Amino acid sequence: MNELPQQLVNGLLLGSMYGLVAVGYTMVYGIVQLINFAHGEIFMTGGFGALTVWLILPGGTSMWVALPLMIIGAVIVATAIAVGAERFAYRPLRGGPRLAPLITAIGLSLALQYAVWVWYPEAKSARTFPQIPGGPIELGSVTIQTGDIFLVIAAPICMAFLAFFVMRTRTGRGMQATAQDPDTAKLMGVNTDRIIVIAFALGAVFAAVGAVAYGLKYGVVDYKMGFLLGLKAFTAAVLGGIGNIYGAMIGGLVLGVAETMATAYVDQIPGMEQLGGQSWANVWAFVLLIVVLLARPQGLLGERVADRA
Amino acid sequence: MRNRSLLILTTAVTAGALTLTACGSRDDKGKGGDGSGEGGGITVTIGLDAPLTGELTALGLGIKNSADLAVNTANKKEYVKGVTFKLVALDDQAQPSSGQQNATKLVADKSVLGVVGPLNSGVAESMQKVFDDAKLVQVSPANTNPALSQGPNWASGDKKRGYKSYFRTATTDAIQGPFAAQYVFKDAKKTKAFIIDDKKTYGAGLAGTFKGEFEKLGGKVVGTQHIDPDTKDFSAVATQVKSSGADVVYYGGEYPAAGPLAKQIKEAGAKVTVVGGDALFSPEYVKLAGAAAAEGDIATSVGAPIESLNSAKEFLANYKAANYKEAFEAYGGYSYDSTWAIIEAVKKVVEGNGGKLPDDARAKVVEAVQGVSFEGVTGSVSFDEFGDTTNKQLTVYQVQGGAFKPVKSGTFGG
Repeated sequence: MNELPQQLVNGLLLGSMYGLVAVGYTMVYGIVQLINFAHGEIFMTGGFGALTVWLILPGGTSMWVALPLMIIGAVIVATAIAVGAERFAYRPLRGGPRLAPLITAIGLSLALQYAVWVWYPEAKSARTFPQIPGGPIELGSVTIQTGDIFLVIAAPICMAFLAFFVMRTRTGRGMQATAQDPDTAKLMGVNTDRIIVIAFALGAVFAAVGAVAYGLKYGVVDYKMGFLLGLKAFTAAVLGGIGNIYGAMIGGLVLGVAETMATAYVDQIPGMEQLGGQSWANVWAFVLLIVVLLARPQGLLGERVADRA
Repeated sequence: MRNRSLLILTTAVTAGALTLTACGSRDDKGKGGDGSGEGGGITVTIGLDAPLTGELTALGLGIKNSADLAVNTANKKEYVKGVTFKLVALDDQAQPSSGQQNATKLVADKSVLGVVGPLNSGVAESMQKVFDDAKLVQVSPANTNPALSQGPNWASGDKKRGYKSYFRTATTDAIQGPFAAQYVFKDAKKTKAFIIDDKKTYGAGLAGTFKGEFEKLGGKVVGTQHIDPDTKDFSAVATQVKSSGADVVYYGGEYPAAGPLAKQIKEAGAKVTVVGGDALFSPEYVKLAGAAAAEGDIATSVGAPIESLNSAKEFLANYKAANYKEAFEAYGGYSYDSTWAIIEAVKKVVEGNGGKLPDDARAKVVEAVQGVSFEGVTGSVSFDEFGDTTNKQLTVYQVQGGAFKPVKSGTFGG
């Protein structure tokens, strides 16, 4: 059996999840030039938000009823935390030294992890996540898992919505203006504070959808799930050109495919047997990142990074 | 230009952080011993080290509760006259670095005369020397890597005991992997294996011993993979398993990764049975994989099923009566026996010294543990010249109706 098409699909699915989370990094960076390292944890709390809704619903509720409610739960929790973080952790530091909000973000990330660890019932180890009933979809030699169907549908919808929002709406244009030059945008009547909050909130919505996809795909959520995935999504954002929302999605897909290919094929190259396999996938992902950044420091779709120096 | 250098800095921080994935340590505080017992008696502290938080919590808490039960039972029975036992449990989060910190802490507490734990072979590696230097006895209920007791060259027959203070009540992978291979090949009639491990001391060792025996029996290894247990995306591996045509997957590793791995392999459409060692033998595995996906999967575990042993009846009744929140899991019985081995040794030392602790109590306890022999929860407990248990019993468990049921018990005959 030729497994290449299936591996490509695996990579694209993993990559779309990276992409959904990467959007949050890239949007916030594009507007306030802040790497929100707590974004991975916002993703994680979204997963627990969805799980909470499932636990509150009466037992035996159909997944078709529960899933939309779970998405709403995930979005509410993630957005509330993202907006709260912006208001209480980042806004007071705006205008301060660049490193201050970065350090705050790392602190916030740990605080959120351990808050869930301490207070969420039985979250000290992984919690199982409800699954979509039904069988996988078979397309020739490619199988799409039941748990991935959500991702296949949600990721393009989310991206289309985002493109429409940023390009066609007043708020979206306000975001573009603020990203280009916040002071001038302010003079033109754009409420930049509001725009920043919206950027955080939108990023959180995408992360929440990503978290539901994660739960459905892997069947578990745990308090540490945002750490590694957040780092990968950040990598995807840098790879695609941080600040560029299409770049985030492309970067995610490239990263996902690269990891999958590294897992499946690197150890089949003669002389590389020791450097292959899934345990080396992260290494190859970073090799790719470094190669891209050496050739194109602004990332795949990025523009000049230093335009405001 | 500042923006760009910040970006480079954060990228570097990210890359660094990835390599340190999930590191960290926390301590149970407020449990330090003051060494004083009530009524002028002697208080002997038994230390315990296991993952009490993190992914392996279920197994760790089972170990802790069972040791706690042993200590309480000894106190209630006044098993050692004039001695009150106390348990100090430390959390290693399954991290070797935390384990070593805990070991140092236990060594520093002079009232500690023995330590139960840890769960992970990799953690034990980091603790052995610390304990041995302090002549403090360590009895692990769960380490299965042969190298811990028999030295790094055990496989080639050059067995050498590295640390005199190290003992264990669990049998080793040297017999667990081959035992599984024999069952898979002879009883389950599977001939094409895909072998996956997590590259850790325990997992890689187990997968290696399985592979050796499986090939010796005439089975074919159709593929191998190494996974990163911190990731949850195993889709690429699952696809490889499917296209390899394997009828059995042997996984050397622990249930937090094994559950999602089995789920993804089964969902990819591979018609395989997932087989693993004692670290898969947990209800958590079935939960993580999903009952439907886990059905028919196999885990070997050390010893006979506890429920079937006469010596275990009292343990089971007491455990139930003590109302612990968590189940005793795969290593509860071994943990009880490990603790009891230390209690027996302390008894011998104290009674041999006119009811008092000698000055070199720790060294004396190490000697005494080497000589213990009693009927424990898991059968007869005593140690051979390497500090390994003399009880070589193993059992094959299979998921039937959503729970592990024993299907075959026996001793490995080479």
